[in-house]
Amino acid sequence: MPDVEFRNIVKRFGSLTVLEKLNLKIADGEFLVLLGPSGCGKTTLLNMLAGLQETSDGTIAIGNRDVTDLDPKDRGLAMVFQSYALYPTKTVKGNLLFGLSAQKLDKAEMQRRVEWASKLLQIDALLDRKPAQLSGGQRQRVAIGRALVKNVDVFLFDEPLSNLDAKLRTEMRLEIKRLHNELKKTIVFVTHDQIEAMTMATRIAVMNSGVIQQIGTPDEIYERPKNLFVASFIGSPAMNMVPATVVANGGTCVARHEPSGVPLHLSRYQFEHQPKTGQNVIAGMRPEHFSVGEMPEEACGAYFELPVRYTEKTGSDVTAFLESGGGLIAVRFDSKHYHVPAAGERLRVSYPADKFDLFDPKTEVRI
Amino acid sequence: MTVTIEATAFAADRVKVKRRRRRIRGSSIAILVFLTMCAAFVSVPLYVVIVTSFKTMDQIAQGQIFSLPTEWTLEPWRYAWSQTCAGMTCKGVSAGFWTSLKILFPSLLLSIGVSSVTGYALALWKINWAGTFLFILFLCAFVPFQIIMIPLVVLVSSLGIFGTVWAVALVHAILSMPLLTLIFRNFYKDIPDEIIKAAIMDCGSFWKIFLEIILPMSANIMIVVLILMITSVWNDYLIGLTFGGVGTQPMTVILANTVITSFGEVRYNVNMAAALLTAIPPLVVYFGLGKFFVEGITAGAIKG
Ligand SMILES: Nc1ncnc2c1ncn2[C@@H]1O[C@H](COP(=O)(O)OP(=O)(O)O)[C@@H](O)[C@H]1O
Ligand SMILES: [Mg+2]
Repeated sequence: MPDVEFRNIVKRFGSLTVLEKLNLKIADGEFLVLLGPSGCGKTTLLNMLAGLQETSDGTIAIGNRDVTDLDPKDRGLAMVFQSYALYPTKTVKGNLLFGLSAQKLDKAEMQRRVEWASKLLQIDALLDRKPAQLSGGQRQRVAIGRALVKNVDVFLFDEPLSNLDAKLRTEMRLEIKRLHNELKKTIVFVTHDQIEAMTMATRIAVMNSGVIQQIGTPDEIYERPKNLFVASFIGSPAMNMVPATVVANGGTCVARHEPSGVPLHLSRYQFEHQPKTGQNVIAGMRPEHFSVGEMPEEACGAYFELPVRYTEKTGSDVTAFLESGGGLIAVRFDSKHYHVPAAGERLRVSYPADKFDLFDPKTEVRI
Repeated sequence: MTVTIEATAFAADRVKVKRRRRRIRGSSIAILVFLTMCAAFVSVPLYVVIVTSFKTMDQIAQGQIFSLPTEWTLEPWRYAWSQTCAGMTCKGVSAGFWTSLKILFPSLLLSIGVSSVTGYALALWKINWAGTFLFILFLCAFVPFQIIMIPLVVLVSSLGIFGTVWAVALVHAILSMPLLTLIFRNFYKDIPDEIIKAAIMDCGSFWKIFLEIILPMSANIMIVVLILMITSVWNDYLIGLTFGGVGTQPMTVILANTVITSFGEVRYNVNMAAALLTAIPPLVVYFGLGKFFVEGITAGAIKG
């Protein structure tokens, strides 16, 4: 089974450069999620892989075939589109069969594939309906079915879940993940939704304005974001970014939280580059890593006592926004363990020493 | 609970009543009068034509063109259809009817066939110089027939079909193609991009996508174009007169010849019936095809 490789891909629309020398390698059988905000070039990249848009420069290889100038139907790919893009005048079965029209198959094989895919997606009862007679979730299944019947090695998904309601989205997420586990095909999945990315991907490529910011497993992306963009894009509520200054270098490294003067103990932080004393840094703290009250001293990285501006309760979780020198620090905790604090109440929270993320404020790169 | 609902329903009723009882103002009276005059301008002559076609010549001789027939007769209609004389031949307008049909079908097939495929290609496929081509088509759509009549005659004669129904059909098809292509192109441009992208990945064949996906989605525009074409081909006089030979003249030309041919008294009732016979087919088409309009051609294809 083939892997997919983009080499030095450039894409321009007139004078607008959307992608500039992009390199990306997708391993065989991988579930790669392209994650990034709207307009960052995800669809463009996927369309170029599918052959629906031309590259301005660079090459695309699938397996050891250079497919850069190949017709879409000859690339051995199947794609599920952002809108369902079903053929409105064809029945569900007609839609699935049309998906096979580029491959020269005999009738029995086509029939077998349609049966297999419709069973797998539980649309076998709907085969004679037209798309207009289906619900949103059913249409989505048909769109996936049309890709599945082709029995290709690489599947492309372009934000297939973005217009489904929340419950259906969770269901389809599991469904697609199950299909990947069962079929072991390579999947390139585009989304702007970090939850989709974190739950489904074997690897995530975070994109911003046409540049891949970081590639890694969901855990790597979450735990060691390479730069400020990735750190702030992943996680909800977003990571707290506070300015700090390195005050002591050497064995016990400490930074001072600028607005409050609270020390941040960095002895457990794995530096990529050793910082200098007096260097300005941005310290990232994830709201969900805070705990209310004190911590054992060796584990504690920072300890704050700050007034609560307001709180948000989402089911069992509470997010409190603490006032800190003009900025807010979000802190999330389980409401079972602590009461919901009132506005103005002073809350004591500590942050674990091994959970900091430090960035250079100028280059925005991880330190 | 029920009380509240009834009260709301009652209130809603009252609002409706209030809306219905709008005051008639001066400007609306002016508009009403104007529209009535417009309607009369068309319908009064039509009324005269219709009643005259059912009258006997005796009653017509008495004048009073607005009166209803004292004795309704279908004889003028029968005579107009099968016996009235156009020039030297006396076979009624029916001869022209069949000729018109023979002109209509080839010209419909040719013009709609070519322009729908061209429109599809221009709208949904990457074509070099598509913009320039569209601009030229746009210009062509506005060239009056009279300007290119003589070159067309030369062209058609060199094809060796001058004076046949094929000549008339071909000229109709050629002249209508620019406009029809623009119409089809604009219609296909609105088909969601991702449907054609999906089709290109699924199949990739220009013709198969057209025949299996695009054409079945074209019902509405086909109806519009059919009405447009049938009306213009059927009602045409000049092209039929110029390119049709003896015996291959469309119904309108036969009708004109009928009306100007007179031996002795002018048979107004027959002329009126002949005119109505000629006018009826497009009307039938108009009302017949209108029923087939479908709603929401892309229903279910895309979300939202
Ligand atoms: N056909 C096009 N012509 C000009 N600009 C385009 C075209 N398609 C996309 N773009 C631009 O390219 C950028 C990336 O678009 P896209 O790949 O659709 O983003 P995403 O899928 O990540 O939301 C956007 O800024 C968009 O405006
Ligand atoms: Mg997109």
